[in-house]
Amino acid sequence: MKKGSSITDKIFKYVAIGAATYVLVIIVLIVINLTTGSAQVWQKEGISFLTGSDWNSVDGRESYGAAPYIMGTLVNAGIAMAIAIPLSFGIAMFLSELAPKLLRTPLAMVIELLAAIPSVVYGLWGLLVFRTYIQNWIEIPLHNLFGDQSIIFAGTPFGLDILTASIVLAIMIIPTIASISKEIMLAVPNSQREAAYMLGATKWEVFRIAVLPYSKSGLIGAIILGLGRAVGETMAVTMLIGNATGAAAFPSSLFGPGQTLSSIMANEFAEASQGGLHLAALIGIGLILFLLAFAINVIAHLLVAKVIKSHEGAVLA
Amino acid sequence: MITVEQRAEFRKHFRYNVGRRLVLDKVVKCIVFLCVVVAVVPLVAILVNVFSNGAAALSWNFLTEIPGAVGSNDLGGIGPAIQGTLVLIGLSSLIGVPVGVMGGIFLSEYGNNRYGKTVRFFNDVLAEFPTIVIGVFTFILIVLTVGDFSVWAGSFALSIVMLPIVMRTTEESLKLVPVTYREAGYALGIRRWRVVFTIVLSGAKSGLVTGILLSVARIAGETAPLVFTILGSSQFIQGLDGPIDALPLRIWRLSSLPYDSSVTQGWGAAFVLIILVLSINIGVRYLFLRRKGQTLLKFKRLGSMS
Repeated sequence: MKKGSSITDKIFKYVAIGAATYVLVIIVLIVINLTTGSAQVWQKEGISFLTGSDWNSVDGRESYGAAPYIMGTLVNAGIAMAIAIPLSFGIAMFLSELAPKLLRTPLAMVIELLAAIPSVVYGLWGLLVFRTYIQNWIEIPLHNLFGDQSIIFAGTPFGLDILTASIVLAIMIIPTIASISKEIMLAVPNSQREAAYMLGATKWEVFRIAVLPYSKSGLIGAIILGLGRAVGETMAVTMLIGNATGAAAFPSSLFGPGQTLSSIMANEFAEASQGGLHLAALIGIGLILFLLAFAINVIAHLLVAKVIKSHEGAVLA
Repeated sequence: MITVEQRAEFRKHFRYNVGRRLVLDKVVKCIVFLCVVVAVVPLVAILVNVFSNGAAALSWNFLTEIPGAVGSNDLGGIGPAIQGTLVLIGLSSLIGVPVGVMGGIFLSEYGNNRYGKTVRFFNDVLAEFPTIVIGVFTFILIVLTVGDFSVWAGSFALSIVMLPIVMRTTEESLKLVPVTYREAGYALGIRRWRVVFTIVLSGAKSGLVTGILLSVARIAGETAPLVFTILGSSQFIQGLDGPIDALPLRIWRLSSLPYDSSVTQGWGAAFVLIILVLSINIGVRYLFLRRKGQTLLKFKRLGSMS
């Protein structure tokens, strides 16, 4: 084969290599472009672009600090994860351990289809339907109960705030985490479960002593993948979070408007003039988001790849 | 010797222990079931709301006309948005599919080495990237350089979103084609590239189409990259170097308007978008994944025969 390999084969191989390299080139270009595009703001603000909280785009008084949006992203994603993780693991456990065969396939399919719904539709639903429920059933009672004395329930319950945005975000990432966790739990060999059953374990005990330890690192990977989605999610959050800017965007109350890295980009992009400092600041925010998401995804893939690899080895060998 | 009293005590302990465990098991089962209900209810509610509110807005004019002036009585429709989404899907597939398929071929045929591993890893990372970052990147790379928002910029951004998905599914489905098929081709003296194109790709056809269609469904709903690249417009397409409209972008714009009529139109546009995305997803699942299961079995059987 080697000797007879012709020029066409070589061309074919190099075209294939080129196509694969394209992915790496894109990632490198993203880093370079975001860095050069935001150089202006790094020069002017320096480290205070990361730590400052001023956000003023008025000519002559321009000042940019991304700290409130970094915090907003983390808080928003954190609340969403706190809601989504237990629910997703519940669904995954139901699908892999408890569900009768008849229910398993359709339910898994529905969950996967829901992961395919565009984020702007979640946003529209959150804005037009969910917001009123949250406002009338949760926010106003809680506000009346605790009042402005408690910090996390302070502020006017308006419906467009951190709470609504994070709940909708949780709804959006549940399908992702649930379907990956389900795959990982199904990858646990049945012999593990059978050994636990043989000791007289109940279903929950089987899950706890056989399935959970075996799939731990994969489940953590699934969580981090979900976190990556939550951090980068744009449209639904932009439509629901209330869009505060500057120091007011520091997340303190659940009922206060906030802002995330992605939502400020989507919101203010249209107002930024080309070549100006404002645009450079928004691109700088993009760079921060890029680094955050990159780190999260690299960790997640290192964790998930380990599990899936052993899984594939077991199935396809 | 165990006395009768001791035995009774053991039994009591045993009952207490098992009873507690059984109760705990039941409690956990209930919690898990509740989790499923709590998570599925809002998800179903979204579908129900979009379908019931969106169906009311649908009409022939709504689907074909250009949007009316904001706030006027002439509502118009979402024709340009539908056209724009279709044009964008077509153009980004033009870039994303060939590169993705070739990349997938590399990963499955030549990728069993360090470089292949690196590409596979970064490909997976790119697949999970915040799409808004891709939008900003395209904005700097194309829009700032050329000086104008354009269909090309939007297509380029969406092609980056679809590329990793196509690449990964291509690789997976090519790997399902047994080595014996390839060897049969080599034995006949066929060149490697022809073996890949005629034998391996046709064996993996359904997997390939599945991957491409799923990536199309994904980019059809992407909004964030489009905000930075095509800008949106209320006219039908003027040319590939000008701005156009797209469904997700139109939904976003409509949702921020304070009129009841625009809200109804937003639901209508969401309805069209969801029908597009879900029909691709469900269609693929029914047409290909089922058959893929069968061919997979067939492949396995063939593999074990050799």
